[in-house]
Formats: sequence, C-alpha cells, structure tokens
Amino acid sequence: MSCEEIRNLLSAYIDGELDAARSLEVERHLEQCGLCEVASEQLQKIGEAVRTYAPYYRAPAGLESRLRAELGAGTTHEFQARPHNSARWIRWALAAVLVLAAALGFFETIRSRREARELFAREVISSHVRSLMANHLIDVPSSDRHTVKPWFNGKLDFSPPVKDLAAQGFTLAGGRLDYLSGRPVAAIVYYRRQHVINLFIWPSGNTAVARTSITWNGYETICWAEAGMSYCAVSDLNSSELNEFVRLVAK
Amino acid sequence: MEQKKSDRFAETVLPHLDAAYNLARWLTRNQHDAEDVVQEAYLRALRFFDGFRGGDGRGWLLAIVRNTCYTWLERDRGRAHTELDEDTPCAECGPTNPEALLLEKLNAASVSACIEELPVEFREVIVMRELEELSYKEVAAAAGVPIGTVMSRLARARKRLEDCLTARLKGGRE
Repeated sequence: MSCEEIRNLLSAYIDGELDAARSLEVERHLEQCGLCEVASEQLQKIGEAVRTYAPYYRAPAGLESRLRAELGAGTTHEFQARPHNSARWIRWALAAVLVLAAALGFFETIRSRREARELFAREVISSHVRSLMANHLIDVPSSDRHTVKPWFNGKLDFSPPVKDLAAQGFTLAGGRLDYLSGRPVAAIVYYRRQHVINLFIWPSGNTAVARTSITWNGYETICWAEAGMSYCAVSDLNSSELNEFVRLVAK
Repeated sequence: MEQKKSDRFAETVLPHLDAAYNLARWLTRNQHDAEDVVQEAYLRALRFFDGFRGGDGRGWLLAIVRNTCYTWLERDRGRAHTELDEDTPCAECGPTNPEALLLEKLNAASVSACIEELPVEFREVIVMRELEELSYKEVAAAAGVPIGTVMSRLARARKRLEDCLTARLKGGRE
C-alpha cells in the first residue's frame, strides 16, 4: 500500500477498528516508514487532546425534573422514590460490608495475602458500583475543593486531601461518606467524560493498603499509600487514563 | 399497562440524559438550544418507544437526539445542508505537519473551539467516538451512515482538528 492509502487507514487503525489483515499491513508499513509513523503519533495526540480537554457537558440540574414532568406522572414515582431510600440503602450497604468484612477476615486466615488484596479490591469495586446504582454518589456536590474538603469536618476523624484536577481533564464532582471494611472513609468523586471515578481515602493506621492494581468485571481499582493515608481509585475508565489520574493525585 | 411502559421508558432512557445532553450541546453549540432539543428528543423517544427492541438504550437515544438536532438546525437556522464529499480519498490526509503538536500547550478553550468549528457531520462522529466512546458500528447506527463513512469522516475530522490546533499553537488566532 502507498503512503496515501496508509494515511487514509491510520485513524481507524488507531481506533482498533481495522480488520486483522489491513491492521497488519498498516503495522508493517509503520515499522518501515518514518513519515507515516510520525503521522500516526500525531493522530494519537489529537485523540488524546480531545479526550483530555474537550468538556463533557452534563445535563443541567433542572432538566431531568422538567423532563419527568413532561413525560407524565407515571414516570415520576419510580425516580423520585430512590433518593429517599437512603436508610434502606445504608442498611443494605452495611449488611453487605459486614458480610464482606466477615468473608475478608475468614479468607485472610486461610488464603495468601495476594488473594486478600484481590478480595479487598473487589470490595472497593463493589462499593464503587453501589455508589452508582443506589443514586447516592454524592453527599456534597461541588467542583470546589474548598467546599468539598471542609464538608468532611466532624463526619470523619481525619481530613482527606482533595485536589482540583480540572485543568488535567478530571472534574471534581463532590464527595460523600462511605464504608470500607467496616470503617468510614472519604469518597471523593471525579468525572472523566462520562466516566465516574471514586477516590476512597482513609488513614493508614497500622496497616497501610498494599500497592495493587486489579481489574474485575470491567472496573479497575488502583490502591496505594502515602503520607499516612491509604488511597483506592476505582473506575470503568481505561487503564492508562486511570493511571494518569493516580499519578496526578499522588503527585 | 401504560404505567409499565413509562416505568420501562424511565429505566431505559432517563439514565442516558447526560449523554443525550452532551451530544445536543456539541451539535447545537448552545446550552438553551441543547435543552430544547433534549426535551423534544425525549418526547420523540417516548413516542417511538414501542419500536425499541431492547439492547443498547444509549445508542438508540443518541440516534433520536442526533436526528432531532438535525431537524432543529434546519428549521431554526435555515441551515443549508452542505453536501460532504465522502468518496474521494482523504486528500487532506496527505503530508503531515512536521511540527510536533505539544499536548501540554493545549487547553480546553482551544480544543473546544476547534471542535465547534468542524462541520456538524464531522463534529458528531468526534463526540460520539471520543467522548461517548462508541464503536464505529455504534456510531454508524446512531448517525445513520455506513461504517466506511464513519471511518472517513473521523479521519478527516481529526486531520482538521490537527490543523486547527497547530494553527492555534502558533498563535495565529485566538
């Protein structure tokens, strides 16, 4: 294939949307052709620029309620009932946490540390999924870290660090109280395009979280500890962007 | 019966409100128009809901939002539909700009402006692919065009973005 033909395919090649035969052909060409290789790198940067800097416009607050009103009374009860279910949600979450904590305690005695870490990662991921399902993602909605951080005063026995990463394409959405292994933790919520990232933070105490990166059911969690705090970031975001997030938080 | 349908509708379609609004906001380039379009799209979606055979609610809704946007663009702006030349090979995809694009120097304002300058047919594939992360097949279904067209529109759109961003970095226009 000529360079011109290759250039026409590069965009789809980068997106992983070419069939195997043509993909291989492009790959071979790029190994030999410096100019096309540069073009390919440039194209990848364009995608990265859009994903990082283009705003993802979330629906304004009033729109959903206006829609519900317009779509008829039938749709309202289902959706309005949910936010008031927090008591049931908390009981359910506590029960789940207790069961998981019990399971965690049990497994730790008989299984290797690695498996325990994996189990903990799953608990973190479950907590993430629950926060999305139960319509209880955010207690304090704000993109201002000076609003989010003080909100935890008096609710937790520590003050979680909260970073503003909007310039890097991670929008702060707010925070909430959550529970992990039976202890209250701070959950800081960020958006990356349509993806939600939960960042769980708690003081390490005697047992800092081990550095782990585990993928389960399409979600990934990365845990680490620094300066007396343990962190777990979890999202359905692709791995490189979640790693970028972790790098920025840990910086 | 009615009750069940509206419940099912709320469960399937309302969770994708952000995606619907994001697409409408990029296509209309305006917050108020985007809200109007989304409201109209949801009413249309409710009307067509009997024809929804399950599966990907987001893709189904985005197709309706997209069509509502097009109707709106033609009606309210008297916008002449520019015929895009789809078939010729991507001539603009020729010699690449030798100056490397420095990502660190870009920002939300310049990237947004360059996307907004794209023709709507290019803008929609960029938004669906990069921001909604749809596959080419899903983009093709939502935009009502063949996959090959999605492929060439994306290639051209990215090339235009590259030129626009490079020009902005040179400080030519702001």
